[in-house]
Amino acid sequence: MQQEVVLAMLAKEPTYGYELRARFRQALGPVGAELNAGQIYVTLTRLERAGLVSVTAEPGQTRPDRRVYELTAGGQQRVAAWLAEVAWPRPDLAEFHLKLIAAAAAGLADPVAIVDAQRRELLRRLRDVQRAALAEPGTSDAALLLEGIALRLQADLRWLEACERTWTTRRSES
Amino acid sequence: MTLLSARRLSKSYGRGGGLVRAVDDVDLDVGAGETVAVMGPSGCGKSTLLHLLGGLDRPDSGEITLAGERVDQQGERGLARLRRDAVGFVFQAFYLMDELTAVENVELPALLAGRSPRAARGRALELLERTGLKDRARFLPSALSGGQRQRVAIARALANDPLLVLADEPTGNLDSAATLEVLRLFEGLHEAGQTLVVVTHDARIAATADRLITMRDGAFVDETRLTGGTSGSLARLAGLAGLDPEA
Repeated sequence: MQQEVVLAMLAKEPTYGYELRARFRQALGPVGAELNAGQIYVTLTRLERAGLVSVTAEPGQTRPDRRVYELTAGGQQRVAAWLAEVAWPRPDLAEFHLKLIAAAAAGLADPVAIVDAQRRELLRRLRDVQRAALAEPGTSDAALLLEGIALRLQADLRWLEACERTWTTRRSES
Repeated sequence: MTLLSARRLSKSYGRGGGLVRAVDDVDLDVGAGETVAVMGPSGCGKSTLLHLLGGLDRPDSGEITLAGERVDQQGERGLARLRRDAVGFVFQAFYLMDELTAVENVELPALLAGRSPRAARGRALELLERTGLKDRARFLPSALSGGQRQRVAIARALANDPLLVLADEPTGNLDSAATLEVLRLFEGLHEAGQTLVVVTHDARIAATADRLITMRDGAFVDETRLTGGTSGSLARLAGLAGLDPEA
């Protein structure tokens, strides 16, 4: 998993590891079922070593100390850069989905603006692919491959429409 | 050079609590030879915008100028002339005359504009050839496929060499193969320098545009050039990262 995803899910407010895992469960449902706690803690340790997360121990009375994770200034910058990044064709729907959720939860960016940026990029690519496809004779093998790329891009664009609908509604309700 | 421009264009329907601002204070400039796509969810006002631009409907307020002429100040006769001579329309539902053959449908606007039957027929056949339907010229619309009907409708839209072609969901009723035919045709029009504004849900049609406008609740919320500046190579898009020097 992308380190930035863990960072971004932490952006809302400092929290314990357990609560952070709950945020993932909430955001991913069954898709996150295979995400194990270890992965998140390993990533948190790496992020701490990289200076992107700071950890303070909160003394526990009956249990061992609880560790509270918080973004450093560097961590916040990294999250902002990741939110603004338009990444594709990595077929990582979960990463994009979490980007929208984290952006909205932490109030760091407008999810609808992120969707718009992604759509612009996908449409530019669809334009390129389509022009290449139209330039091929109908019998060419490449035309078939280009058709496949165009169809994938269309599917992603349709999902972006659904994202737009949902996040526009949520924005106007909040 | 700007061919079409709209300033502070507004149009509402209903009143009181039921008031819908279909087009809300919109500014738009379309250059000669440019293809502009307008996308947005159902009910965002994109069809209303197209109707205002083509003089099919009148704005509540705002200005529309086409090739230096004010569309919004025309009387009924002026609007009828504008719709016949200066603007070509393509609709989702084709709107061909069922009792006329393909070539008769295509030549109709030229005849209405006062061209000689000979000239109108010659031009219509030329347009049917351009749209790949010359051998279907004598067919009635009922004998044509959806994609062929839409190509006849596009040929008809071009009959009077319009300054501007306006298309409202031109592929909304078409399957994927027929969409591709219309797509090819639009690319060809674009290359020939035709100015085109197309309102669509279809990403493939939108992707033929130079510029894409996103509408929500009657207003433009996003505008972007689709030409130039793409970041991905085709190899990367196809998953051939190993062959791509950029990867």
